[in-house]
Amino acid sequence: MNKKGKIIRVAGPLIQAVGLDDVKMYEVVHVGRQGLIGEVIEIQGEVISVQVYEETGGIAPGEPVEATGSPLTVELGPGLIQSIYDGIQRPLEKVREQTGDYILRGVRAAGLARDKKWEFKPLAANGTQVQEFSILGTVKESEAIESKIMVPPGVSGKVSGIKAGSFLVTDDICKVGDTPVQMMFKWPVRKPLPYTKKIQPSEPLVTGTRVIDSFFPVAKGGTGCIPGPFGSGKTVVLHQLAKWSDADVVVYVGCGERGNEMTDVLTEFPELLDPRSGRPLLERTVLIANTSNMPVAAREASIYTGITIAEYFRNQGMDVAVMADSTSRWAEALREMSGRLEEMPGEEGYPAYLTSRIAGFYERSGVVEAGTPPRTGSVSVVGAVSPPGGDLSDPVVQATLRMVKVFWSLESSLAYQRHFPAINWLNSYSLYIDDITDFYEKNSMKEFPAMRKQALKILQEESSLQEIVRLVGVESISDEDRLTLETAKILREDFLHQHAFDEQDAYTAVSKQFKMLGIIMMFHERAEKAVKKGVPIKQIMDIPCKEKIARMKIMDEAELPEVEKILKENFAALQVAGGGKEE
Amino acid sequence: MKEYRSIRSIQGPLIRVDGVTGVGYSEVANIRLEDGSRRMGKVLDISRDSALIQLFEGTEGININGSGVSFLGETLHFGVSPEILGRVFNGVGKIIDDGGEIIPDKKLDIDGFPINPYARDYPEEFIETGVSAIDAMTTLVRGQKLPIFSASGLPHNELAAQIARQARVVGKDEKFAVVFAAMGITFEEARFFQKDFARTGALERSVLFINLADDPAIERIATPRVALTAAEYLAFEKDMHVLVILTDMTNYCDALREISAARKEIPGRRGYPGYMYTDLASIFERAGRIKGKKGSITQIPILTMPEDDKTHPIPDLTGYITEGQVIISRVLNKKGIYPPIDVLPSLSRLKEKGIGEGKTREDHGNVTAQLFASYARGKEAKELALILGEASLTEDDVKFAAFADEFEQRFVAQSVNESRDLAATLDLGWELLKKIPRKELKRVKEEQIKKYMKAGTD
Repeated sequence: MNKKGKIIRVAGPLIQAVGLDDVKMYEVVHVGRQGLIGEVIEIQGEVISVQVYEETGGIAPGEPVEATGSPLTVELGPGLIQSIYDGIQRPLEKVREQTGDYILRGVRAAGLARDKKWEFKPLAANGTQVQEFSILGTVKESEAIESKIMVPPGVSGKVSGIKAGSFLVTDDICKVGDTPVQMMFKWPVRKPLPYTKKIQPSEPLVTGTRVIDSFFPVAKGGTGCIPGPFGSGKTVVLHQLAKWSDADVVVYVGCGERGNEMTDVLTEFPELLDPRSGRPLLERTVLIANTSNMPVAAREASIYTGITIAEYFRNQGMDVAVMADSTSRWAEALREMSGRLEEMPGEEGYPAYLTSRIAGFYERSGVVEAGTPPRTGSVSVVGAVSPPGGDLSDPVVQATLRMVKVFWSLESSLAYQRHFPAINWLNSYSLYIDDITDFYEKNSMKEFPAMRKQALKILQEESSLQEIVRLVGVESISDEDRLTLETAKILREDFLHQHAFDEQDAYTAVSKQFKMLGIIMMFHERAEKAVKKGVPIKQIMDIPCKEKIARMKIMDEAELPEVEKILKENFAALQVAGGGKEE
Repeated sequence: MKEYRSIRSIQGPLIRVDGVTGVGYSEVANIRLEDGSRRMGKVLDISRDSALIQLFEGTEGININGSGVSFLGETLHFGVSPEILGRVFNGVGKIIDDGGEIIPDKKLDIDGFPINPYARDYPEEFIETGVSAIDAMTTLVRGQKLPIFSASGLPHNELAAQIARQARVVGKDEKFAVVFAAMGITFEEARFFQKDFARTGALERSVLFINLADDPAIERIATPRVALTAAEYLAFEKDMHVLVILTDMTNYCDALREISAARKEIPGRRGYPGYMYTDLASIFERAGRIKGKKGSITQIPILTMPEDDKTHPIPDLTGYITEGQVIISRVLNKKGIYPPIDVLPSLSRLKEKGIGEGKTREDHGNVTAQLFASYARGKEAKELALILGEASLTEDDVKFAAFADEFEQRFVAQSVNESRDLAATLDLGWELLKKIPRKELKRVKEEQIKKYMKAGTD
């Protein structure tokens, strides 16, 4: 078998070569004298097409191509946490050591540090029968994350020679059957990591963002997408989710976006503390940064690298959240390669397989059981989509909407009013409400779904009332309708509006959200009764407790019952006054 | 150097040469015409038997039999040295002033290399431009890329020149340079900038790259890249703070479309190629700061929006890459307001990190949030008054409408030569806010009102 071939054509990130018989689809090859990393994406007779993950300037026909015999893989083991990788899992810190401030070509760097020793604590005893993904022991990766060392996929047998101690990721820690086992293993990125079975999501992924948790929640193991024009705050929302969601591990994939945004994450996450563990957020984060000026083909690989790492933590029994910003850039990379392969284009020049690729990616989310005895873990995926001109008929948006169950619709008109997060409450939806009803019941927030429904109804009514008001003025509608407008305004300004950069407002616990919404709904209910009794709407609009309601977002949760008390008193006082006027 | 006499086809800006060997992708090609003159090009596609070359200088006069092509064995480079300051180059980096040859320190690939995100330093150092609408509302910081979205007939050049003239970091005296790249602008526009730089003494710390409207369109593909190569050299090797003005990116994108069409690629929206996002990113992402380096690159690209349409692919893709945008409004311009910056859709993504106590002033964030909110409400009130009549406005709305007018006339507007420092800008903001009923000042803190709102008539 010939493992070396010759380049016959170079066109940007695509090269063609001959002379490699028996090369497989998606096999990794080394291209040119510098040995750039590429992946076979088409085979036609003896001509193979390769997408190259690095710049190809200067490469000439006649230069060698070498097959590696293996597909594109990632290394899974201790050392992933707190790392920042490029699209093909080269640690950017190591790359900087090798080539300085700029990313040059032909850099090779292993995904997991080869020179770092980890303290391994065995859990499995010698002589135990184990299967793939059985737990052998643990390693403390960071103060926040204790990783489980699992039997690599495809290996089973009796454990022998297991020992505690300090090991490199490549050292043997024991034997399973006859196979020596190390702390790391490799897995091809385009192949989902196996699990035992998938189960229905039943818990919300709590994010601390009120419009998401209360109105359009995403489940742990669920999928969501956030399309919007530029400047509508996609990245801020994704950063909020990466910061505050109650996942054990967050994988943040910056796919074809700004370099400074990744720097922002890198400088901010070590300083912010996880509200649950009290440890810096970076200690539970893995970053994949393939910025817009980095090679386009590696952008295509980056989201697979990210989700494979997520699946690894999921199989350890953790809840993992993957943020992909932005899947449009990933789709554009697909389009660019497809164009260079001269494939027949589908919509907007995107390849016809765009939909199935998007589906394949989101399908890798879910709640699963893995290992023996079974552990439950989940991968939730939230993808930003950047449609041209904010137009939702874009093929990437449409293909994504067919797959995901939560849609957060960002709107520039809200952004111009500086209403953030600019998630439109009329268009957005979540299909997980029924799945997570039990969760609310268990956590004594049984009324939450009903309150949510009513609040959304008020907001819906507001939008139709506003059209009438625009025509005839606010004075000409009934007091009931004016109350609806008033409550809707409170919902918008004092509940949905949330300041991502304010220390107190950035994160709101679900229990507090429940209380806040409860108080606003109580306001509406009492006000409705009062209006029915004939209290003039003006009095309700000027009611003192409104000011307290407006300040709920920056209050401690413990202060909220006080607001409720004042509200009740205010309304009690109203009835008397209103009753008096009725005569 | 071997010369190939085997040109097979010439089409638009592209020529194909047969029988070449040992030529690399992206390599520079030198085309010799029958009359002995030379043109420069770049390899776009290379296969065993032929190379596709994109010319930077047009294909007029090239023929199949008389012309020859040789390859330089390297990608397009630009020779840099501190001597480039004060000099004028054409769009591909050839000297066009009469200052004589420059002996380069070294030659750098004009495509550059992507900055490792891990090596970046976060931009958070406030640049005072002296323009209130920018300093207060759309704050510019060092290392940012903040484009001006304009349209034909609007004073974006005046604004860019004013920024270049006035920009400074308060309390610091550092080495500062301007790199100016003109793509397809008119002679008068280029003269305007040159004269302005000369008048203010900025010329000796500027590097100019000029591709005029009647220069070959294809040359424009190289212009921003050559300019940024110069900027990277000055910033990261010579410790200078470099402000890069790229104008007009719309002409650049049109040149990109021309090549794509000549290559018969599948067109994306409005005929622009599908890879335009990536291509623009390879320009805009060259702004920034690097850890441990003193210098920085701040970019102000200017683009004219066709039909004033912000969803046109050029502004749209630019907005997805850059860190905000300053939008020039035709309506404000018609009202005679200079600079006609529409602050509501304008945005600086790096503002939050660049302002506040220790950076600008503790009240900066709150007072501008209040100005935004009040201006938005005032404009809404004015629209309502148009439909239902002034009489339908509530007492408060009348005040907001009056505020909106004053905000435009006193805060946004200023003279071309006026540099307002930030304190003056913020104080002016507070003064205008006096028109607003006190109970509506929800975005500022009580202490701040006490401290900054000077006692007055209202």
